[in-house]
Amino acid sequence: MNTILGLYNYWIVIILMMAGLYILIARYNLIKKIIGLSVFQTSIFYLYITMGKVDGGTAPILLDEPASYSNPLVHVLILTAIVVGVATTAVALALIVRIYESYDTIEEDEIKAIEMQEQDS
Amino acid sequence: METLTIMVLLAFLVVIAVGIIVLRDLLAGVVLLGLYSLVAAGAFVVMDAVDVAFTEAAVGAGISTILFLGALSFTKHEQKPRGHDSVTALFFVAVTGALLIYGTLDMPHYGSDLSPAQTHPELTQHFLHKSDSEIGIPNVVTSVLASYRGYDTLGETVVVFTAGVAVLSLLGLRRRRPEEEAPEDAPGDLPTVPDDEAEHK
Repeated sequence: MNTILGLYNYWIVIILMMAGLYILIARYNLIKKIIGLSVFQTSIFYLYITMGKVDGGTAPILLDEPASYSNPLVHVLILTAIVVGVATTAVALALIVRIYESYDTIEEDEIKAIEMQEQDS
Repeated sequence: METLTIMVLLAFLVVIAVGIIVLRDLLAGVVLLGLYSLVAAGAFVVMDAVDVAFTEAAVGAGISTILFLGALSFTKHEQKPRGHDSVTALFFVAVTGALLIYGTLDMPHYGSDLSPAQTHPELTQHFLHKSDSEIGIPNVVTSVLASYRGYDTLGETVVVFTAGVAVLSLLGLRRRRPEEEAPEDAPGDLPTVPDDEAEHK
């Protein structure tokens, strides 16, 4: 029981990660793939924040009296990761818009079929 | 009570993730992704990560949803009903997940204050005990972000700048959708710039 309570967060993070990974592998739609990537990414944020939590701790803003704080380092790392994640998402979406303009579809298999046709002719 | 809140929020996250997998409409997927970020932000508050929570709510739930909606306005809303539920993918994902869960078995438990991450003398303990005298800002996250790891933040700014340049060079500055199907000022339209400025690009 103790193990289950102590590791529950990690297990949920892994389920969320695998949900994102499954979308990335099994869906052909490119925008859907990026959505899956975002799900994966947010679950990684969750993993880090979980590791920084201390029982009975407060947010790492210094108080006058002694107190126990959660780990500020992981918060900083994840702050950076969130912003970088949005930047990469923006580039990916811009690429998808260009692909749509060139191929008139955002389904991976249709794009492959069009490319095969072009090679044959 | 805190643990219960976390458990409920995490269960929500799983339900939302399943919804994203099942739903075929991309617009619904994007909105669910925004909701996913918002629920995650709520859970971050419970886990004492207030700075992360408001960044996630503003950037993850706000800006990235807007970016997705902008991209959708240029493309299609429907995902084709093919390429679905591949057994190989499911098997691969299940095996990977099982291996990862096996890997968590000897991890420090949730909330443990004896894990290496909490006790490292030169990182967390140094930041918590010395940052007040060295930097003088009560919020430790701010002092680590802007001072101890200042170059990291500078690098982050470079990444965001590069991404902005990449998006602009991919899409161009004077982009227009075909007139007949484009509503006025649709989401995703980039701001128009005066002609003399655009010619320099």
